[in-house]
Amino acid sequence: MTTMVSHSGYLTVRAVRALVRQPVFLIITLMQPIIWLLLFGQLFSKVVEIPGFESTGSYLDYLTPGVVVMTALFSSGWSGMGFILDMERGVMDRLLSSPVRRGAMISGPLAYQAVTTVIQSVVIFVVGWLAGARFPGGLVGIVVTIVAAILLASALASFSNALALLLRSQESVIGVAQLLVLPLVFLSSAVMDIRVAPEWIQTVSTYNPVDWAATASRIVLSADPDWYEVLWRLGGLLAVAVVVGWLATRAFRTYQRAA
Amino acid sequence: MSVQPGPATALSMSSATPAIEAVELSKRYGEVQALDGLSIAVAPGTVFGLLGPNGAGKSTAVKILTTLARPDSGSATVAGIDVLRRPDAVRRAIGVVTQRSGVDPVATGRENLQLIGRIHGMRGGEIKARTAELLDRFELTEHADRPARTYSGGMQRKLDVAMGLIHRPQVLFLDEPTTGLDPEARSQMWQEISRLTGAEGLSILLTTHYLEEADQLAAELAIVDRGRIVAAGTPEQLKAGLRGDAIVVELADEVATAKAATALRAVPGAREITADGHTARARVDAGASALPAVLAGLEQAGVLVASATVARPSLDDVYLRHAGRAFAAAHEQEVA
Repeated sequence: MTTMVSHSGYLTVRAVRALVRQPVFLIITLMQPIIWLLLFGQLFSKVVEIPGFESTGSYLDYLTPGVVVMTALFSSGWSGMGFILDMERGVMDRLLSSPVRRGAMISGPLAYQAVTTVIQSVVIFVVGWLAGARFPGGLVGIVVTIVAAILLASALASFSNALALLLRSQESVIGVAQLLVLPLVFLSSAVMDIRVAPEWIQTVSTYNPVDWAATASRIVLSADPDWYEVLWRLGGLLAVAVVVGWLATRAFRTYQRAA
Repeated sequence: MSVQPGPATALSMSSATPAIEAVELSKRYGEVQALDGLSIAVAPGTVFGLLGPNGAGKSTAVKILTTLARPDSGSATVAGIDVLRRPDAVRRAIGVVTQRSGVDPVATGRENLQLIGRIHGMRGGEIKARTAELLDRFELTEHADRPARTYSGGMQRKLDVAMGLIHRPQVLFLDEPTTGLDPEARSQMWQEISRLTGAEGLSILLTTHYLEEADQLAAELAIVDRGRIVAAGTPEQLKAGLRGDAIVVELADEVATAKAATALRAVPGAREITADGHTARARVDAGASALPAVLAGLEQAGVLVASATVARPSLDDVYLRHAGRAFAAAHEQEVA
């Protein structure tokens, strides 16, 4: 168990180090949410006035947790690319022929994804706050929002990893990042109160983990959160992350068997 | 006086167990029979060469022996450990240098080495000392703290080999270690490989499609063709197995290949006649004295000859004899 943890740590450090050495990637992953936050926030600042849009504050207040959730999705969708590059470079074979714990090869990239999500989320909260957004739920609200974002990111990262291991092509990973993420976002309340949307979108969003994360974050950031509404959604996110994580370990075994 | 098992005991024990033993390994990928009953035994402390064209099954054999793939049938031990039953123990005992580098380009040379060392359970001071030692030995100290992506091909290959050695393995796998290296880097690599078995008593399985490399480095070698061993022994034994000299005739005209073969068959004492493309070959007891008869026969048959050479047996001839085709031809065919 301790070996598993330390091996997982070595692989996480390796990935974080790569991120720090290539700060341009970090900056790109942060530019996008900041553009969302500032431009989208301006462009749609009046949507809060639509009847049925339930918000006590400004649209920026509403949008900030939505952008946190979206950003977690956008970056975790690329997670499988790490496996693809390692396969192409021979790093994968090098690791698999060493006594590295197999579980660490799954958990290492997820831990790295969690680190990335924390950094991104904190930056978004700071930028949102500077732009005028306020979060009555305070520190607890912010921490719980980041937890929700991490759970969602883990689920999508595992999915992306599983596809990378099964299909072994950059295209499949790019496909997930491009094709899956946007519909998931727009079928949720990430940028728009779903109650002003057509009924079918409302129905779909009930089953959409992205909506669970966005809604739970928004509730927990409000002045007087209804914890029941927050916790069942977090529980749902955890369940999805565990199931997809399990699928990714199956995919890892399939990858090894096909070698 | 109590008797401690000394180095001598350990040595005699290890020489009793082969460093690598593969028995009847078979593996199929879809339609392709990659391995078809491959068996080898590698004596401890030696370089064993697995020679053959791309696609012959060398890399599949290495993948199975390094626990990256499982055979459909057959068994294998590495450092006396069962590859199928105790893969994790095998992984602790081996170093692997695969064809595709395995170096993390973003990490520095030192970090690459340390990651593998840590995975093998090495700690603080030990890892520092061993890393410094290997960097020094492979002349990488100066570049140790630069990202590996800035390294030349030769430097990356050296780092690769160093990464395979960091945890002091008993058995080292080198899968085509000099492919893509320039001649100078290649000869440096050869020197380094020779040193490893000499001073450190390491056992090495080397795969290569360079005949020259196998001849130079391997104490024993096996020729692989279509997933099985077609010949094995020391380079000298294999060459001695061929009686006489090779006569190689370059034809001026590819159309005449079949005609040339027929004409060579008519020459007294000529055997093992093959012809493909522009080249016809035959084996004779004494090359120099048989050459006039060969040329006369070809002329009579109306075959235009561009050149004719007499050669002492080479590994290329061994390959030709056992695999039934010229090495270069087989290589091109597999690559194409």
